[in-house]
Amino acid sequence: MSSTALPRQIRGPSAFGGGLRRALYLTWIIGLTEYRLTYFGSALGYLWSLMRPLMLFGVLYVVFSQIVDFGDDIVNYPMLLLFNIVLFNFFADASTKAVTSVVDREAIVRKMHFPGMVIPLARVLSGGLNLAVSLIAVFVFLLAYGVDPRWTWLLLPLLLVPLVLLTLGVAMLLSALYVRFRDVAPIWAVVSTALFYGSPVLYAIDKVPEDYRQVLMLVNPLADILEQGRSWVIDPNADGAIAAAGGGAWILVPIAVGAAVCALGVWVFNREAPRIAERL
Amino acid sequence: MNERATAVGVAGVSKTFRIPRQHLMSFKERAMHPFRRVAVTDLHALKDVSFDIEQGEFFGIAGRNGSGKSTLLKCMAGVYRVDRGAITVAGRLVPFIELGVGFNQEMTALDNVVINGVMMGLSPREAQRRFDAVVEFAELDDFLDLKLKNYSSGMQVRLAFSLMVHADADVLLIDEVLAVGDAAFQQKCFDAFHDLRDRGKTVVLVTHDMQMIERFCQRAMLLHRGAVADIGDPGSVARRYLELNFEEDDEASVTAGRPEDVSHGVAIGDVWIERPDGRRVDSVGQGDPLVIRAEIEALQRIDDPEIGVTINDEAGTVVFGTATRELGREEQPFEPGERISLRLALRNDLKPARYYVDCGVHEGVHRVAAFRYRASDFLVFGNRAQLGLVALDHTFELERRRNRTEAATPS
Repeated sequence: MSSTALPRQIRGPSAFGGGLRRALYLTWIIGLTEYRLTYFGSALGYLWSLMRPLMLFGVLYVVFSQIVDFGDDIVNYPMLLLFNIVLFNFFADASTKAVTSVVDREAIVRKMHFPGMVIPLARVLSGGLNLAVSLIAVFVFLLAYGVDPRWTWLLLPLLLVPLVLLTLGVAMLLSALYVRFRDVAPIWAVVSTALFYGSPVLYAIDKVPEDYRQVLMLVNPLADILEQGRSWVIDPNADGAIAAAGGGAWILVPIAVGAAVCALGVWVFNREAPRIAERL
Repeated sequence: MNERATAVGVAGVSKTFRIPRQHLMSFKERAMHPFRRVAVTDLHALKDVSFDIEQGEFFGIAGRNGSGKSTLLKCMAGVYRVDRGAITVAGRLVPFIELGVGFNQEMTALDNVVINGVMMGLSPREAQRRFDAVVEFAELDDFLDLKLKNYSSGMQVRLAFSLMVHADADVLLIDEVLAVGDAAFQQKCFDAFHDLRDRGKTVVLVTHDMQMIERFCQRAMLLHRGAVADIGDPGSVARRYLELNFEEDDEASVTAGRPEDVSHGVAIGDVWIERPDGRRVDSVGQGDPLVIRAEIEALQRIDDPEIGVTINDEAGTVVFGTATRELGREEQPFEPGERISLRLALRNDLKPARYYVDCGVHEGVHRVAAFRYRASDFLVFGNRAQLGLVALDHTFELERRRNRTEAATPS
C-alpha cells in the first residue's frame, strides 16, 4: 500500500469549507490584519480607536446636554451617552462594513477555496478589537467622572456576547444578500440610522412614552442590551431591561428576536455560500 | 498492483452557468415584476468530463479560451460547486488557482507569508516558522521590510510561488502562472516542480501554451467546448490542439476557409524544418539559420513547373514567400516518376511565434498542380521584444543634443 492519504471528495465552496480549524485561524488572522490596517498610515494610529468615539461623544454631548436640555434628569447622562455610543458604534460600524465585505474580497472568493463566512466574521472581529480598546477608555472616563465602580461592571461580557452575536447575524445576512441585491447597502444605511434613534442611545428608555416603551424593548434587542448596560454600569437605580420589557418572561421575546436574526444570518449565508463565487 | 495511486479523480463532472439575459437585480425590479421569470441562457462550461491524474504526475490541461479549463480548475479547487459528477483528491490541495491571491499590498512580506500560509491550511505559528525558507527561495532577503506594494510584480510572483512550494500540499493547481518572472526564475520554478514530483506531489498545469505542455508535462488533456477532446501523450495533445484551432478558425471565417489541398499530377510529400547540419527541428532560435525541406514527386509530365514556398503566421498572413520563377529560373519539365528534393535555406529573422509553411507547384503561370496548406509548422523562440511581423537586423543609434542654456550649471 502506498502512503497516500485517502481520497476525499471536493464538495465545492461552503460557509466553512476547508475545515473549521483553518476557518478559525483565517478569521483571526484576517480580522487582526483588518484592525491593524484600519488606522494605518494615520498619525495617531491605534489612538483613533479611542479618539473617534470620544469626538463623537463630544459632539453629541454639546448638542444634547448643553444646547437642548435632553439628559438633565438622567443620572450620569454624559457617561451614559459615551457608553451607549461605543456599544452602538460597534454594531453600526461592523454591520455596515460587513455589507460589502464579500464583494470587496472578490479576488479571494473567486480564485481560491475559501470559507466564505470568514469574511463577515473577520469584519466583526476587527470591529470587536476596536470595541475592546474603546471600552478601556470608557471605563477610565467613568472612574474619572466619579461613577462608583460596582461588581455589576463585571457582568458586562454578558451583554457583549449577545451584542456580538446579533452583529454577526446581521453581518452574515447582509453580506450574503448584497452579492445578489446591491440595494442592500443604501437600505442598510437608512435602517441603521433608524436603529440609532430607535435604540436608547441618546436617551434612556423611561423617556419613551409608556405606549411605545414595551414595543420598542420587545422588537429591538439592541434596546435591551443598552438598557441593561445602563443599569449595570451607569446607574444602579435604573430598572434594567427585564422591567422595561414588561417584566419576567417578556425578556424572552427580544432574546428570541436576536436569536432569530442570528439564525437567519447563518442560514442565508450557508444557503448562498456555494454560489457566491459564480454570482460575483 | 504496480499502478500508482490516483491523486485526483474527476468523474462525470458537469457544470452549467445560468446567465441572466438582462439583469433583474434590484428589489424594485423584483417588486414590479414579481412573477416574471428572468430569462437565462444556459452556458454548459463542462460536459461530463472524466479523467484521473496519478500521484506524482505532471499533468497538463490545455484548451482555447472558453474551453472550460479554468472552470474545471475552479471546480477542482473547490471554488465552484459541480452540478453533476464528483471530484476526489487524495491529500492536501493548494487552494489557489492563481499566484498571489490574498496578498495584502499594505503589509510586509512576513505578514503576507503568515496570512497566505494560513490560507493554505498551516497554523499561524507553522507559517511563521517557514518564513525564512520561503524568503530564501524567493531571493527576497534584502527586501523584507518593504511593503508588498513596493515590490515589483516579478518579486511578488516569486514570493507567491515560493509560498506555494513551501506549503507542503500534495496537489498543486496552477493556472498560467509561469508566464511571469524572468527566465532564470522560471527555470527555478520548473526545477522546483520536478523536485516536488520526485517527492510524490502532483502538479496540474492549465495553459494554452503548447510549448509548456510539451516541455514539462508527462500527460496532458485537451478540453474543447467543455468536453475532453483528447487525453494522453503531450505531443499528440498539442497537435490535436492545433488541429482544433484550425477547424475553429475555418468555422469562424467561412469565406476565408481552409484552402483545399491539391494534387494534380504532382504529389508534395514530406515537408519539414531542419538545421544546416541536417537535424530535424520544430523550433528555431531567432537569428539562427533555418532550412525548409520538401520532397516532391511528379506523377505525370509537368511543363514549365514552378515551385513556391510561403511562411505564414497564425493569422494566415504571408510573412515571407519565394518561388523558383521569382528567382528568374526556368525549370526543365518534370518527367513522370521524377523526385524533386527542395532545400530552402534562410536566416530566421522572424519574431517569436508559431509559423506555418505552405508549399505549392504550378504548371505554367495559372494551373495549380499541387498545393499543401500548412504542410509543416515551426516555432520561433527568442527573448527580444519587438513590434511587427519580422525581426529585421538593425542597429539603433541616438544622437542627443541638450539645450545648453537649460543644462548649464549655475556658476
